[in-house]
Amino acid sequence: MAGMRSLHDAVAELVHDGDTVALEGFTHLIPFAAAHEIIRQGITDLTLARMTPDVVYDQLIGAGLVRKLVFSWGGNPGVGSLHRFRDAVENGWPRPLELDEHSHAGMANRYVAGASGLPFATLRGYRGSDLPTRTDTVATVVCPFTGEELAAVRALNPDVAIIHAQRADRAGNVQMWGLTGVQKEAVLAARRSLVTVEEVVDALEPRPGAVVLPHWVVDAVSVVPGGAHPSYATGYSERDNAFYTAWDAIARDREAFTRWLDTEVRGAAGAGSSEAEATVR
Amino acid sequence: MEVNAARALAGSRTCFVGIGLPSTAANLARATHEPDLVLIYESGTIGSRPTRLPLSIGDGELADTADAVVAVPEMFNYWLQGGRIDVGFLGAAQVDRFANVNTTVVARGADRPEARLPGAGGAPEIAANCKKVLLVLRHTPRGFVGTLDFVTTMGHGSGPGDRAKYGMRGEGPVAVITDLGILRPDPATSELVLTETHPGVTVDQVRAATGWDLKVAPDVATTAPPTAGELAALRTLKAAGRKAS
Repeated sequence: MAGMRSLHDAVAELVHDGDTVALEGFTHLIPFAAAHEIIRQGITDLTLARMTPDVVYDQLIGAGLVRKLVFSWGGNPGVGSLHRFRDAVENGWPRPLELDEHSHAGMANRYVAGASGLPFATLRGYRGSDLPTRTDTVATVVCPFTGEELAAVRALNPDVAIIHAQRADRAGNVQMWGLTGVQKEAVLAARRSLVTVEEVVDALEPRPGAVVLPHWVVDAVSVVPGGAHPSYATGYSERDNAFYTAWDAIARDREAFTRWLDTEVRGAAGAGSSEAEATVR
Repeated sequence: MEVNAARALAGSRTCFVGIGLPSTAANLARATHEPDLVLIYESGTIGSRPTRLPLSIGDGELADTADAVVAVPEMFNYWLQGGRIDVGFLGAAQVDRFANVNTTVVARGADRPEARLPGAGGAPEIAANCKKVLLVLRHTPRGFVGTLDFVTTMGHGSGPGDRAKYGMRGEGPVAVITDLGILRPDPATSELVLTETHPGVTVDQVRAATGWDLKVAPDVATTAPPTAGELAALRTLKAAGRKAS
């Protein structure tokens, strides 16, 4: 049953030191505000999973809260490198970062296996690639029907999945549309889940192609208007491309990054209320 | 480079588009000679018709203008792995003589850590499952290396027969388009051969920018210069992209 909580209380209740956390979103609907709340609460030793770790994972990694990253493409989309991610991998700053690295097809299928209650998924993947040499979550299986050798990827079952969606009703049923990525799979694969939403409505008007997550698969819903900024929420906001471009210079330099984190995230007053979240830009 | 990359899509019906140069080329093809080309982005969009170049594969414009938006597991399992896409159009950080691709890590010597690149993304399975693959990247000795430090995405492996051995679909990379010219695999050896240079580029220039002893076709052709129409379409796309971001 999805309970309505303040963002502060939902994160404090659902996310713990040492957890495996998936803050999913494929460019669209990335739960920035929830990630910033994790930073403010200093929840640490996290294993972060996501297909496309971008700027928000750069921020969590740079804040020193991340022990391990499970991913398939880490960059600032359309802009370049994630400098905090690179600094952690290449120089161990602010702490070393362990990697479990996949292809997109492999990560998507790891979530599918997790959501399906299966120990692994199979795909025609990783062939001719060196990726399996660096991870213990890819293996091969032989098809019992055709004898074909296929890749097997271990199910990914995060302790917590956190996503942002357009809206929920008062019972906590969640509706999202536009690019829906692997958010449904991440929520269904996870042991606990938190959804931040743009607004709560009396009734969810059906929309073509929308994904509905029933309230009984979601633990907490927090109303956080603009909670995906600088990413976007179709129907509510546009992607702030200027921020992604500006991030390159902020993240390139350790001091500039630390200053940004202190000012824009840790220093944000009144953490926990939706009004305060809306100002975390 | 973008114009020649766009021309390489002539006759294609469906294209799985990587971000950056491939996206520019695929949108230019749609704006010029292939108006019905179906653009497919790994974020889940099928049949996108953006009016500007997207900054990211997840830009809203791609979803707003698409025939369909599907979840990412469906994109990779049904549409890509199902063998339904003609061309995979990819960028790369490093390419070797057999058109294998590295987008993961680059070694920097014994006492230095590996330089971290973004990683695989969709590329390994795009290259394995599309009917053919096009690569586009700038031509530098750092990008065109004899041996890769890490194979993220297999092109032709170590030569003929490797793709069949791994059970891969399709022909694999059929062209590598650069700012200097076009390289294509030799049908007998699968090794990349310089077959065309762009106007004003010499074979020696291309050799100097390639980190291995580049094989050159007996008669290297010169690519046709961009037409006024192609250049105008490219400028329009780029100008719209700048305005939007």
